[in-house]
Amino acid sequence: MSDAQFEIQLIACLVAVACAIPGTFLVLRKMAMISDAISHSILPGIVVGFFLTQDLNSPLLILLAAITGVLTVVFVEKIQQTKLVKEDTAIGLVFPALFSIGVILIAKFANDVHLDVDAVLLGELAFTPFDRVYYGEVDLGPKSLWVIGSILLVTLILLFAFFKELKLSTFDAGLATSLGFSPVILHYGLMSVASITTVGAFDAVGAILVVALMIAPAASAYLLTTNLKKMIGLACFFGVLSAISGYWIANFLDASIAGSITTMLGIVFLIIYLFAPSKGLIAVLYREKQQRIEVSLITFLLHLKNHTEKRERHVNHLNEHINWQKVRSKTVLTLALKNNMILITDNIVSLTKKGEEFTSKAIEYILTNEDSLIENMKDDFFLFRG
Amino acid sequence: MEIIEFVQLAFSDYTLRTITLGTAVLGAVTGMLGSFAVLRKESLLGDAISHAALPGIAIAFLITGSKDSHILLIGALVSGLIGTLWIRGITSKTYLKSDTALGLILSLFFGFGMLLLTYIQKQPNANQAGLDKYLFGQAATLVESDVWLMTLITGLCLIVLLLFWKEFKILLFDKDYAQTLGFNTKFIDILITSFIVLAIVLGLQTVGVVLMSAMLLAPAAAARQWTNSLGKMVFLAAILGASAGVFGTAISATQNNLSTGPVIVLVASIFVLFSFIFSPKRGLLFKRIRLIKNRNDLETQKTLAFMYHIVEDHDDVTHPHTIKMLNNFQGYSRKGLRKLVDKNYVEVEGGMWSMTSKGFKAAENLYNQNGKNV
Repeated sequence: MSDAQFEIQLIACLVAVACAIPGTFLVLRKMAMISDAISHSILPGIVVGFFLTQDLNSPLLILLAAITGVLTVVFVEKIQQTKLVKEDTAIGLVFPALFSIGVILIAKFANDVHLDVDAVLLGELAFTPFDRVYYGEVDLGPKSLWVIGSILLVTLILLFAFFKELKLSTFDAGLATSLGFSPVILHYGLMSVASITTVGAFDAVGAILVVALMIAPAASAYLLTTNLKKMIGLACFFGVLSAISGYWIANFLDASIAGSITTMLGIVFLIIYLFAPSKGLIAVLYREKQQRIEVSLITFLLHLKNHTEKRERHVNHLNEHINWQKVRSKTVLTLALKNNMILITDNIVSLTKKGEEFTSKAIEYILTNEDSLIENMKDDFFLFRG
Repeated sequence: MEIIEFVQLAFSDYTLRTITLGTAVLGAVTGMLGSFAVLRKESLLGDAISHAALPGIAIAFLITGSKDSHILLIGALVSGLIGTLWIRGITSKTYLKSDTALGLILSLFFGFGMLLLTYIQKQPNANQAGLDKYLFGQAATLVESDVWLMTLITGLCLIVLLLFWKEFKILLFDKDYAQTLGFNTKFIDILITSFIVLAIVLGLQTVGVVLMSAMLLAPAAAARQWTNSLGKMVFLAAILGASAGVFGTAISATQNNLSTGPVIVLVASIFVLFSFIFSPKRGLLFKRIRLIKNRNDLETQKTLAFMYHIVEDHDDVTHPHTIKMLNNFQGYSRKGLRKLVDKNYVEVEGGMWSMTSKGFKAAENLYNQNGKNV
């Protein structure tokens, strides 16, 4: 592994962590699309900054572009406040307009300089080691490394300083306000950090990857944990994992590093989306099936309790009366048998003592309609779940 | 190039005519379908779909090796639909919210598409130049067959809209009711979503991935401000979309170095801004004017009520009083007093005012109404 390769991976990892932290809060605050809007609408800020400084890594340019990002948020909120359109429409109106202005500015005035829309949107991580900082004669490393390193440092300091405030205002904005934390300041603080990170990272990885790095690791982590600290940690881990593996895949395929990191993020998310223990797709589908069968079981037991006559309790009658298909009635019967809730003699079904007890409690649950009761009840009575 | 020259050329020059027609038709169809997207609160779906279409374009090229825009569009359509369905899957089966799902699909698909595009670029035999026009759009690459395709799809979309008008409408405003009436909401839902995806994919070549969402939203958002009827809104959005296309093409053709896509989007954004401010019912300007008018009316009524309280104990209600006793606190202003005089509720002579019997009656009713409300 050459020095350049190491530097590229280091930059990619730093970007991943710097994005994952604000990204986690954006996902939790249901503002993920704002990051997409910011990543596009910083373009005019970058263009104007570039005219002024002629340097894509200058702090002034980053500041100008970040201000455009925050302005986007302000515009979106202003449009929302008029109540003429919904929030998502407001986002969708503001950023293409700003992006268009940026594209036109580039086409009109910056046609012959090193700045084109492709570079802004897609970035090129592979070139970052060539743009270096020198102090006198001493090589201090790539410029992007310094830029993104300082942004990450600021983000981390802010995170540790305001963790409690951020946590509170994210999960209970009302309580946060009543305790005297200004939600406006926190909101715009977060937006500023997101904007600055986006701007600092776009040169290296491009605007679209910034969005992916903000949302995808946070969304993956969200499916795995309900603890904020763990979520941030997991998001950073997924970001770094995808950054490093993505780099080597790009190396192997000789393709865009940004694209391959995003693809890795996608694969990580897909795996977690499918297999996450309690919130993943398979777990959810399994739980839904289980609940469907268990609801059928309760219906069936109630039916038995209500009817003493033999005709109503005949196995075949289930198919006609409750209108279940054969397979389903069979599953329900087996489940009830396995749990010792019923006895079958000569194809006549009757409740056992345990079944009686369960059914009475189930009626109580149906009458009071308290959802919390039923799961405990199932835990108490079921040996086998549906 | 001057505007007049543009108009002449638009009729005589093949390229310009094709582009103008193409953007106009595109604007019309996206405006129409955009109305549904906006009303369904799925405004950003357009953004997500347009990004999600990119890997489809690259895969279609990898499989067929052809740069024929129609084949690539089929790839875009398929991957756009997969993206949409996955967004639905994420929001319905996990706890992730719709904004996260949109952002995820948008960035992940786009990144994957970029990976494929750069991979194609490095292939020795691939003649891939021109694939990246889908990123930012190049209206100049439109040819007559593209316009025909667009027109065909617009026609198809119109027929479907007319056929399923009542189903679309009821799904839009009251989904549960539609379900209880026995409509197959899933089918209608997929139908309208597919058409939205189709319209977006059509526009990719012209305005590009990034700006496509604005083409979908802006005409609809502008049209929404002028009417409360779905039919009128769809019609108006189509007209606004088409005119944004034509004006945008005209402006970019008359200037050097202006790509068509961004100009069209800016023109559409100006339409939105204009509608936000000047629409008679919902517009900010008239809302402001109404607010000020209402406030003034209230102040005048306050003054009238105050006068009424003074004169109600007098035997002669027209007994004059000094104007000086009225002050700001009772909502008094010179303009307000003049208004009362104009309405013949009050007469002013020198520094004194006196209530007319008409004014007394009006004030009495005013008071009663207020009393009832309390």
